[in-house]
Order: sequence, then C-alpha cells, then structure tokens
Amino acid sequence: MTIETADPRAARRTNFAGLGRWVVPAALILCAALWFAGTLWPGLVQYPDPAVIPFSNAVSGVMAWLKAHFTPVTRGIAAVIDMPLRFAFNLLSKGFKIGNGAEATVLPRLSWVGVTLVMGMLGWIYGGARLALLCGISFLALALFGLWEDAMLTLALIIICVPICVVTGLLLGILAYRMPVLNRWVIAPALDVMQTMPTFAYLIPMLLLFGASPVSALLATGLFATPPMVRATLLGLAKVPAEIGDFADMAGCTARQKLWRVMVPSAKTSLMMGVNQVIMLALNMVIISSMIGGGGLGYDVLLALRALKVGQAMEAGLAIVLIAIVLDRLSQAIARRNQTPAQRPGLGRHANLWIALALLAGTTLVGLGVPGFVKLPASATLTTAPYWKAGLDWVILNWFDGIEAGRVFLLLYFLNPLRSTFEALPWAGVLIALAALGWRLCLLVAVLVGFCASTGLWVPAMQTLYLCGASVVVACVLGIPIGLAAARSDRVEAWVLPIIDGLQTIPSFCFIIPVVMLFRVGDVTALMATVAFAIVPSIRYTNYGVRQVPTELIEAGRVSGCTPRQLFRHVQLPVALPEILLGINQTILLALSMIIICAMIGTRDLGQEIFKALAKADSGRGIVAGLVIAFIGITADRLMTAWVRSMQDKRGMR
Amino acid sequence: MPDTVSEPDRTASGAEDPRPKKLECRNLWKVFGPGASQFLKERGGRASPEDLVKAHLIAAVRDVTLDVREGEIFIVMGLSGSGKSTLVRCLSRLIEPTAGALDLDGRDLLAASEAELIEIRRHKMGMVFQHFALLPHLNVLDNVAFPLFIQGVPEAQREAEALAFIDLVCLKGRERHFPAQLSGGQQQRVGIARSLAVKPEVWFLDEPYSALDPLIRREMQNELLRLQSVLKKTIVFITHDFDEAIRLADRIAIMKDGVLVQVGTAEELVNHPATDYVAEFTKDVNRAKVLSARSLMRPASPAAQGYERISASARIDSFSARIVDAAQPFAVVDRRGAVIGEITAAAVIDLLAGKERPAP
Ligand SMILES: Nc1ncnc2c1ncn2[C@@H]1O[C@H](COP(=O)(O)OP(=O)(O)OP(=O)(O)O)[C@@H](O)[C@H]1O
Ligand SMILES: [Mg+2]
Repeated sequence: MTIETADPRAARRTNFAGLGRWVVPAALILCAALWFAGTLWPGLVQYPDPAVIPFSNAVSGVMAWLKAHFTPVTRGIAAVIDMPLRFAFNLLSKGFKIGNGAEATVLPRLSWVGVTLVMGMLGWIYGGARLALLCGISFLALALFGLWEDAMLTLALIIICVPICVVTGLLLGILAYRMPVLNRWVIAPALDVMQTMPTFAYLIPMLLLFGASPVSALLATGLFATPPMVRATLLGLAKVPAEIGDFADMAGCTARQKLWRVMVPSAKTSLMMGVNQVIMLALNMVIISSMIGGGGLGYDVLLALRALKVGQAMEAGLAIVLIAIVLDRLSQAIARRNQTPAQRPGLGRHANLWIALALLAGTTLVGLGVPGFVKLPASATLTTAPYWKAGLDWVILNWFDGIEAGRVFLLLYFLNPLRSTFEALPWAGVLIALAALGWRLCLLVAVLVGFCASTGLWVPAMQTLYLCGASVVVACVLGIPIGLAAARSDRVEAWVLPIIDGLQTIPSFCFIIPVVMLFRVGDVTALMATVAFAIVPSIRYTNYGVRQVPTELIEAGRVSGCTPRQLFRHVQLPVALPEILLGINQTILLALSMIIICAMIGTRDLGQEIFKALAKADSGRGIVAGLVIAFIGITADRLMTAWVRSMQDKRGMR
Repeated sequence: MPDTVSEPDRTASGAEDPRPKKLECRNLWKVFGPGASQFLKERGGRASPEDLVKAHLIAAVRDVTLDVREGEIFIVMGLSGSGKSTLVRCLSRLIEPTAGALDLDGRDLLAASEAELIEIRRHKMGMVFQHFALLPHLNVLDNVAFPLFIQGVPEAQREAEALAFIDLVCLKGRERHFPAQLSGGQQQRVGIARSLAVKPEVWFLDEPYSALDPLIRREMQNELLRLQSVLKKTIVFITHDFDEAIRLADRIAIMKDGVLVQVGTAEELVNHPATDYVAEFTKDVNRAKVLSARSLMRPASPAAQGYERISASARIDSFSARIVDAAQPFAVVDRRGAVIGEITAAAVIDLLAGKERPAP
C-alpha cells in the first residue's frame, strides 16, 4: 500500500465514488421508469426484431471467405503442426507404424513402465519423495485403470501445445511491453476478449477451418491457453526493478542483450507462474476440444456421459484430475526451484537426462520381449466403474427423495422466479443503468451491452446472466464465510487451503460428471457444478484479504478497546473489502465460463446457442454468441474493478 | 583508522586543482514532461520555476554546471527529491539531459551515438545502485562477471578477473551463492565488485549505502576509502548523509530543487555556507572532524617556533586530544614547513563545546 499524493488522476477518479451516491439510486429509478415505459413502447423491453443487426451472417460470410481462399494456408499450417503432434501421439500412445496393410511393422510406443518411472524421477528431482510418489502413483493408476492410451493422447497434445503457447505468449508479451500503445489499444483488449470468450466458441472456427482433427483441437487449445502467458510476461517485465534496467545499460548491454540476458531472466518467477497457468488451461481446453477431434480422455468422458455410463465417466474424469494434479504440482515445483536457485548435490543435469532416457529406452526394449511392458494385460487392469455405479445406485435408492425435494425446492422458489425476472429485464433499462453505474466507463459499457441487445440474443443473454448470477450468489454465500473462518483460524485454513488448491486444479469439465448423476440435467445441476467450480476465488481472496490486514492496524484497534467482534467488523472487514470484491470478480468470471460448459447438460441460454452452433458448424452464430458472453464478462469485470479501485482511491490505498 | 586519512590533496579554498577535468557539465537541464526540450529551447535554455510549474513540467535538474577532477571523490548531496539521482543519471546518460553540455575526457558525451555509448559504458563507466540491482538468477561469480560476459570475454578470463574483484571486496568463498542468500552488505559488495569488473575510469555510486545499517555502512565507507587508495578512480557518489560525505569527499556539491547550491570541500561548506540552506545542512556537523588547523589558528607568537608542529590541513579532531593534554599551544605549518600560525587548547575546547564559531 502506497499513498499517492501527487497523482492528479487519483484525485479525479475519486469523483466516481462521490457521484456514485446519487448515480445508483438515479439509475434504479430510471430503470424502473423504463420498465413502465416498456408497457407503452415494447421496443424498449424486447429488442425489436427488425433492428437486429445480422452480425452472425457477417461473421459466417468472413469465415466462408476465409475457408474459400485460405484453404492452402490452413492446410499448410495443419501439415506443419501435424508432424510433431503425430510423432508425440505415436511415441506416447500409438506406436510407429511403418509400411501399409498386413505387412506393416509397428515400432512400439514408450513403455508405460518407463514413462511412470521417469515421472516419478522428475517428481523426485524437483520436489523430493512426496512429489515422486504423487507423480509415480498417479501414472501407475492411469495404467491400472486401462486408460493409458487415452491419457497419453491427452498428454501428447499438451506436450506439443504448451511450448507453442509459452513461446508465442512470451514474444507477444515482450511486444506488448515494448509498445505500450499497441498493448493498450490492441493486445490488452484482445486478451480480455480471448479470456472471457467461452471455450466452446473457440472450437467452432477451428472446426470450420481445420476440420475435426487433433490439429484443430490443438489450435483451439493454443488460442485459449496463450493469453495468461502474455499477461505474465508483461507483468513480470514491468515488475523488474528500474535499477536492473539501468544496470543493464551501464554494463553496456545492447538492446537485445538487455532484453534476453537481463530483463527476461529477472522476470523468471512471473514467467514460471505463467507457464503453470498455460499448462492448466491447456489441460482444461484439451479435454473440451475432444469434441472436435482431440480424442483422449475428454472423449472418453463425453462418450460415457452420452451413454449415461456413470462409472466410466467418473473413472475417465478421475484420470483427468490425476493428470491435472501431477502437471500442476510438478510445474509449480519446477517454478519454485527456479525461484530459489541453489545447487542440488548429487547428480548433475546431464546425468539426470541420460538416466531418464536410459529408463525410457530400456523399458521400451524390454517391451519388445515382454508385452506387459508395452500394455498392461487386461487381466492386470482394474476398474472402479462398478463401484461408482453401485455407490450411485445406493445413494439414489436411499436418498432420492431428499435430493429430489431439494432440487425441486431450489427450482421452484429460487431459480424459476429469478429466471423470469431476468428474462423480463428491459434491455434499454439495463443498458442505461449499467452505463450510469460505470460512470467513467459509461461509453464502453453502453457499447458492450448495446452489442448484446442488437444481436437479438438479449433473452438468452439474460438467461445466462440469471444462472451466472444465481451461482455467484450461492458461491459467495458459501465461500465468503468459509474464507472468513479460514482467516480467523489457522486450523481451519490448514484444512481449507489444500481443498481449494485441489478444486482449482480440476478441469471444469470434470465438475459436471458427479452432479449430473445426482441431479440429472437441468438448471440445478448447472448451478451446483458452477458453484463448485467458481467458489475457490471467493474463499481464497477473502482469506487472503483478511489476513493481509496489517498487524499494526489490528493492534491499533485493540489499543482503542475494540472487542474482537468490533475489531472484525470495523477494522478487518473494511480493510479487506477490496480484496474480497476482487475475489467475487474472479468468481463471476469463472462462473460465466462454467455456465457455458453446462450447456452440455441442457441449460437454456447462450451456451446452448453456441452448443447448437457447434453441432451445425454455424460459425457466425457461435462466434457472435461467444462474443456476447465475452462482453458480459468484460462488463462485469470492468464495473467490479472500477468499484474496487474507487474504493481504494477513496482510502488512499494502492 | 581510516577516519584520519586526511590526504594532503584537500586543497584550501580558492586554490585551483591541478588535476585534469575528467567529467564536466555546463548548464545541464533535465525537465520531465511532454514537450520539455521544446519548452526550454523557446526560452533560450533557461526557465524560471514559475514558468515550469505553469507548463506542468518537472525540472529535476536545473542549470547545473560542475566539473569532476581525475581521481577525485566528488559527492552529491541533497534532500530526497532534490535531483541527485537524476543528475548522476544524466552524467552517465542513462537519461538524456534536456539541455546543456556534457564532456567526458574533453569529448562531447551527448554527441556519442548509441554504439559509442555502449563502448564507453563497457570500458569507462561503472555504477553501483542503491538497491544493488543484482541479477537474481545468477550467482555471485556470474553477477560480477556479467559485464565481461556481455562484452564477449572468454569464460576462463572473465572468471579469473571476476574472482580477483570478489577477492578485493572480501567475498572469497561465496562465489557460488545467489544474491538472495547474501546479507545486504554482502550484496552491495557484489554490486561494487561487479561495477569494478570492467575497470571503469569513472565510477558512479547512487546512495550505495543507504539500504545498509549504520555499522555496516561505516565498514563499507572504510572499504571504499581503501579501494580508492588502491584504484584511484574518479568517483561521483550520491548520499544524503553529511557525515558520510565528510568522511569520503574531496569536494561536496549540495543540491536543492534541482539547483546546485554550492560546491566545495567540507570545510568550505561549513565555514562559508553560500545560503541558509547549506548552513542548515551543515549545522549539526561535528566541526572538529571538518575544520582544519588553518581555520582555527591565530597569528603566530614569537615562541611558536618552539611548539609542537602540525600541518595546516590537519583536522582538528586528529590532534584535539593531544593539544588539550599539552602545556603549550601548537604551531601550524604550511606544506613547506614554514610556521604560519599557532593554535591554542582553549580554541579547540571552545570548538568542541560548540561555544564559538571560528572566525572565517
Ligand atoms: N521519470 C520521471 N518522471 C517525472 N519526474 C521524475 C522522474 N524521475 C524523477 N522525477 C522527479 O525529479 C525529482 C528529482 O528526483 P531524483 O530521483 O533525482 O531525486 P533524488 O535526489 O535522487 O531523491 P532520493 O534521495 O529520494 O533518491 C523528483 O521530484 C522526482 O519526482
Ligand atoms: Mg535518488
């Protein structure tokens, strides 16, 4: 916290807060007035059909034109990417097939024994025995469940995708750092849209341009997973102390030396965090892009869900979670190692590499003679599917009434009324109210909301907003108290943190599986899955926000004679409020992304719009619906951050 | 004690320093804000503070003219925000001066191209930073060798040279440590070794000891004096600690609001403060440490030839204990050994008690 005294802009920004006092009631009154006005001019409530701007036709037209004129280019790109991808697939999963037909010889893939051992070894090198066990056992489980091939397909996609994302993100981040104007007007807005665009929306153009293939899955994944790397690079470079830049100049670095020898290495911590995020997002997206030919574990889940095979879906979902946890912990351990550089006694870097290679080659060679090394014999695999099914059956048999009653209750008294309210919201009123709330952002907000209305997707947009809003409310009602409890007690925190760390690593797709089994399809299921997925930031930020209140402040409060409750209410909570709001902001964005995925389980909203577009490969419709979602997200984010900022400015924080 | 390293070079007021000018700037301006250089040009290279405020420009350095002699320790002092860092960054052209002239070894430094500047910095300049600015991903050895690495010096040679400097700053045995594993004082030693690795002729130090605690600071000051007695660099040193300045300086420049208020030896600043601001700055100084025998002596009496002799440039505190114990006054002699005055115990005691300002 620094106190800005001399920044005139800070002073001007505080006006926002001052004006907010009458802006909010005025906006509400206006909104109500418009509602009534809507009874006279229905066009203000329901966006008039003739005024719908045919964005989707335009986008479809552009895509069709692209497809018509750029096929050689897309083919070329596909061919280039396909080569390493094929290689990785063959190496890890499929084996190399040489020749055709019956006389084709197949070189074996890497033995599962070798891969598992190497993963264990990686864990040991970077995180000691515990991480070694985690990595080794997780991969062993993949083999035991008989999911090795699909798991390795998923892994291969990630292994090829992540370096591409990291390098692209790094270069873009450097570009953005070097050219602030370009960043402000092009890169940053593009990143905003890309990060709020729902995952499904990425699939459609890729499907159209590259067909249903692993290549389009990889490209969609790349597009989705690169933005955090750009941001991490930008942030990392901006955080390098100015003195270090000056030092580089004084040492006589050329511009290139300064960048690559001084700035980038000094930003390593941020960069490694970016890499971790890229890996996790890539995994998330690789699962979803199995819908357009990515294959792998995501496809298993998809098939099982479609066939309502509880056990299989659960097992494949668990396999994804295992991979996610391993990749997350491993990349974090590597990042930490880089952060506190210290020489590790024992084997050097090269020795480790050679041992790993020897393990892989050795076990694979053994596999030539012992088939069990190539593929675990079916007799040795075990499946947990029947147990899941039995467990579920038991739950349904015994608790069905309770669950059903809860579901119906939620639906009747909470969700349905809320839904009708949102569906009836007049677009003009919402536009004006939000723009007025945004104050300095009013133009941006008006344009974004106006776009949502003018696409003719107002009602689905409001349906999305309703589900998202309901989930956020539930997530906050549950999450903030948990966060507060964690902040007030170390014991609670010790319990809560690992759980939310775990929740955070789970790809969004996997949340659907258990809920859909208990609550079947519909809004309640979507709500549950979304809450489970989006609750993490509200807990984490609340905990962090309360804990970071300076001890001096608390002591000052105590000295003035606050009771613990007063201390909490009048010192800790107000100081932590900006952080808590930021957590809610994150929760909103996560909820929005999850709601869209819930289209798979039969919600009626924008997500369904995209889902249908995906099925018909209707790019215009899908992309426009995706943009509407992105704009909802951006609007929410801008308003929340502006609010937090004005609050901080008012208090001279920041 | 290096405390008393009172080198005879410290010239008395008025005497022209015989050493050649190493670094020289004339009418140097640095004005922050859009259109600053245009603004100054329109006003013929000078602008009043009121004009600047009206134009929403911040003048960090205003019309500074100074020269630094070869082998000199030149100290820049001033309160926070007075423009010290900006001045030094202009002298090294880390930031581009808005107006004025800047010469290094009589060569126009402002005319140097980007490539020439890189060459100059690689071989003639070194800089030590307040917050050390060590590269977090390199160990001590690699940090010190970094400037050489940048120049493409082969590994064996640069490591050997870096090791020599690590040895010089007494960090032997810690070559493989990373900055995060060192204390503040040790980190700054690394920063010093690194800035020396290219054997610079001009050495800039921007508040190098401000981030250190008083004991370590003192130790590092002694270390600097020791290094300087070996290396004989031209040093431009920023500090806002007057005691530090007194210990180290040949000459001190005092800045206020970007303007150079006064330049002179510590003694000159104490005896002839140019403004109230300087007087305020030097008020709490231990005068015995600053003043020399010359400024406290009275005309010699005939008996003076028989007294114990001290040099006119000797600091009072280097003989105060002796003179108080002695029965007689001391005779003050100039460089050639001629008696030019005498100094009494009473005068010294008065000075120590802060009773009387010595007559200039
Ligand atoms: N990049 C910049 N843009 C605008 N103003 C600046 C910039 N850099 C410095 N200034 C202003 O110039 C003035 C002098 O700053 P400078 O850093 O040189 O002070 P300083 O004497 O080194 O202070 P300190 O002892 O705190 O390091 C300050 O008022 C500062 O706000
Ligand atoms: Mg400074």
